[in-house]
Amino acid sequence: MRQDIALSVKNLHKDFLLPHDRNNSIKELVLHFNKPTYEKMHALKDINFEVKRGEFFGIVGRNGSGKSTLLKLIGGIYQPTKGSIEVSGTLTPFIELGIGFNPELTGRENVYLNGAILGLTRKQVKAKYKEIVAFAEIPKFMDQKLKNYSSGMQVRLAFSIAIQSHNDILLIDEVLAVGDAAFQRKCYNTFKEIKKSGRTVIFVTHDMGAIQDFCDRALMIEDSEVMMIGQPREVALRYEVSNAKAEANRAGSSARPENPVVKLNSMRFNGGAKNSRNVSLKDTIAIDVDFTVREATAVQVNLFLVTPDGRYLAGINTTKDLKKYTPEPGKHTITCELPASQFAKGSYQVNAALYTYSELNSIEMPELIDILDTTYGANTPQFKIMEDGPNTSGEFNMRGAWSNE
Amino acid sequence: MINGLKRVFSPSNRSLIRELVISDFKLRYQGSVLGYLWSLLRPLFLFGVLYVVFTHVIRLGDDIPHYPAYLLLGLVLWQFFTESTMAGMNAITGRGDLVRKVSIPKYTIVLSTTVSAFVTFCLNMIVVFVFIFFTHVAIRPEMLLAIPLIGELIILCLGVSFLLAALFVRFRDFGHIWEVILQVLFYATPIIYSFSIVPPTLAKIMSLNPLVQIFQDIRSVMITPAALTTKQVFDSQLGRILPALSVIVILALGAYYFHRRSKYFAEEL
Repeated sequence: MRQDIALSVKNLHKDFLLPHDRNNSIKELVLHFNKPTYEKMHALKDINFEVKRGEFFGIVGRNGSGKSTLLKLIGGIYQPTKGSIEVSGTLTPFIELGIGFNPELTGRENVYLNGAILGLTRKQVKAKYKEIVAFAEIPKFMDQKLKNYSSGMQVRLAFSIAIQSHNDILLIDEVLAVGDAAFQRKCYNTFKEIKKSGRTVIFVTHDMGAIQDFCDRALMIEDSEVMMIGQPREVALRYEVSNAKAEANRAGSSARPENPVVKLNSMRFNGGAKNSRNVSLKDTIAIDVDFTVREATAVQVNLFLVTPDGRYLAGINTTKDLKKYTPEPGKHTITCELPASQFAKGSYQVNAALYTYSELNSIEMPELIDILDTTYGANTPQFKIMEDGPNTSGEFNMRGAWSNE
Repeated sequence: MINGLKRVFSPSNRSLIRELVISDFKLRYQGSVLGYLWSLLRPLFLFGVLYVVFTHVIRLGDDIPHYPAYLLLGLVLWQFFTESTMAGMNAITGRGDLVRKVSIPKYTIVLSTTVSAFVTFCLNMIVVFVFIFFTHVAIRPEMLLAIPLIGELIILCLGVSFLLAALFVRFRDFGHIWEVILQVLFYATPIIYSFSIVPPTLAKIMSLNPLVQIFQDIRSVMITPAALTTKQVFDSQLGRILPALSVIVILALGAYYFHRRSKYFAEEL
């Protein structure tokens, strides 16, 4: 394994044998000796990825997609059916907070027990005890039984212990589901510190905000397979699209029909066939977005720019100028004009996302319906801002006026 | 071998075993007024009853000097064996939360149950010593020989625990099977009766059971040389060496099977 790789997963498969009726007794084993009464479930199929040393790596996926199985395999709790997992360095072996917490023991006793489970010696826990209690913000309750704690307090205590285990690689699964806003902020700050300290973190979550805030790269897993590995923004968008689709399927025909009520068709430069352009500072870039509406509904189109390597830069949505835009059924084209002078030099990819909002979801939290993004092979416009001439130089087109008075 | 033991008893593993034992004790006695005292009171009352029954009602040990202490010691040793193997069998299934969510060395969980049972055993031994003192059993330097013999018993308990813990994950039948076997062993081992009343041929067969060798040897060094040992039954050191070897074989077998199965515990639970 290369020096800069912390974790390397190759060709990883995991099957579970799901017995129709568990062979938990000898009688059953004898009776069903020749009859395999189980079915094979492929929890993971051919997973390949590498995590670099010091990387904050996100794993996303819907429930049942296999992400927790993947984490358990990395953590050494499950054995791979096929393939290999190589870990360089020590790995914090927990995938959940507060493992072994016992409601009948006091907070103090639980700290020592949980610490030991995470691989800390009693001495180490003792040395860190004050820090743990201070971080959890519950010094008064340490000699109370854990069953008298609120769930938020329990999570805080668990988190405070977990961050004390000083291993090279940390596996974190859905830790921020509980806890108040203030403590969540604190956790996030801790994550930032962990990130700064150069430790490798593998982070499984449903929170796309957190993925985009912390992760250097992310992996999306769907139906037991790696759907994509890439920039957190792309992964987050793709995850949301997949979620929106699943939700549409789940809700049935009445709430959300199979075919979405609105759909993005294509996008291009206004009045041009070519999908890539060089533009100079004086130009105005006009982008047409085509979409189809089946039923009149309030929509919001969001145009966003990404760098050629997929980093999200900025976005602008229709609510700014069109307010609660409710187009009639049929095909529509809307145009967005972008003055080129605002952009720094370089290449830009223009993508679009389509949202709807009903009474249920407010204008601040519209629901993502469709997306046109190069990551999924959509052909979207690309433009390059040209040099302004020989008199300016540098990263952006500098503007200014000289005078000799 | 040395390195393997070093790894098994690394500082973090030792801390883990210790915390598991401590929390086990705390949980066992939490909510009771007398708390830890119960771990002394319980055996004391139990022995009191058995003492009255076997010295005044059914007189089984008339030929043995210091029969009460002899009986008590046998019961304490037996209780250690049953407690540690029962707890060992349930170790993995009872700690499913740990096994499924954390990649700790699984053997630490089994080790912790044996240590737990051993702590109770040590407390019981205090009661035994009080008895020994009050019934005027001669205090002899040979009593120290009991230490390696107790070590042998611990190894036996560990071996059986490893084997049962791994088997129990797959086959819950062993919960019942082991209870039955314990019943049989209780009478196949001279605990409440004197070994000398057993016919010689039967005594030889019974001596294959390492528990007989351990119990009788410990009694002969601690209570009275009148306790019949397996060495005397066979009239050869082999009567001692063979059971001791079988204890090591049981541990090796148990540890091997446990090690082989432990990878799959998380999925099978």
